[in-house]
Amino acid sequence: MMKKLRLTMQLVFTILTNGYTYGFLNGKIYQGSLKYACVPGLNCYSCPGAVASCPIGALEALLNQQGFHIPFGALGFLFLFGSLLGRFVCGWLCPFGLVQDLLHKIPVFRKRKRLPFHHILKYGKYIVLLFLVCIGSLFLFGGFVKVPAFCKYLCPSGTLFGALPLLAANEPLRSQIGGLFFWKSGILLLLLVLSVKVYRPFCQYLCPLGAIYGWFNRFSLAQIHWEKERCVSCKACERACPVELSTNEISCSPECIRCGRCIEVCPEECLHFSRIKHKNKKDE
Amino acid sequence: MHFWKNNRKFTWLLGMVLGIFFLIMGALRGQFAVIWRKAVMICMECIGIG
Repeated sequence: MMKKLRLTMQLVFTILTNGYTYGFLNGKIYQGSLKYACVPGLNCYSCPGAVASCPIGALEALLNQQGFHIPFGALGFLFLFGSLLGRFVCGWLCPFGLVQDLLHKIPVFRKRKRLPFHHILKYGKYIVLLFLVCIGSLFLFGGFVKVPAFCKYLCPSGTLFGALPLLAANEPLRSQIGGLFFWKSGILLLLLVLSVKVYRPFCQYLCPLGAIYGWFNRFSLAQIHWEKERCVSCKACERACPVELSTNEISCSPECIRCGRCIEVCPEECLHFSRIKHKNKKDE
Repeated sequence: MHFWKNNRKFTWLLGMVLGIFFLIMGALRGQFAVIWRKAVMICMECIGIG
């Protein structure tokens, strides 16, 4: 039930936030006033269907301005979404998360939840956030010219949802393809193939938005509550968790994407989204 | 860690208030216009051309 609900919500949200069909047909992007606002997930604003802005793109655009300005506009959206939802955004509302989820369902390869050296690699997303999004956007790359370094050199969402549909429908853009496009396409291809074997490799190891929302996980409104006193330590939740968290870590950990698989498999129903304590059917 | 665990009933509210404050500050400084201007042009860097 939870799986179907999540998949439906991911699909509906992706279609709603990328529903500008005219853009896909004509190789153009939406230019209306909705783009003053950001969507919660990683959703390139150069996707022909995108009806709002990407929060990481917005953060980089503000950091790219001349001089240093605190990027209040982007931080406001990140604090709002983060405080309300934490990484629920990653599990339920992110279009690139949906793509990785769908690829992981393909029944080839023996599935893995994590990459080897996960305990080190999981810090990759913080390095990306610090060096590519913040420092990179401020001054480092392009010979001290400010560039949105994450979008330019890494973001696979921009390549998949922005570049490919735009280039397919826009002939003049196609003629400008160069080395950078092949570099980004290579990264996208690697991540897509890896997603078939490993659960959400981009979200676990590289996504700067996941790094930001992960910080909000410990106190966001959307939490998974664990009734410790009713838990029988069967570890069903730990086995079901796609990112291999222990019962103690579920919800509070910056890695928890609130997918709800633990809630679904708990035989004692001691995990749930609401703060209200559920009555166990066996207690009645 | 314990601070966040013990106070999370209200911390999310504080985060939201801060978020709204940041949005107002952003609006006053004209930052939404910067975001909009970037978002309505095809971002060449984002699509791997620029």
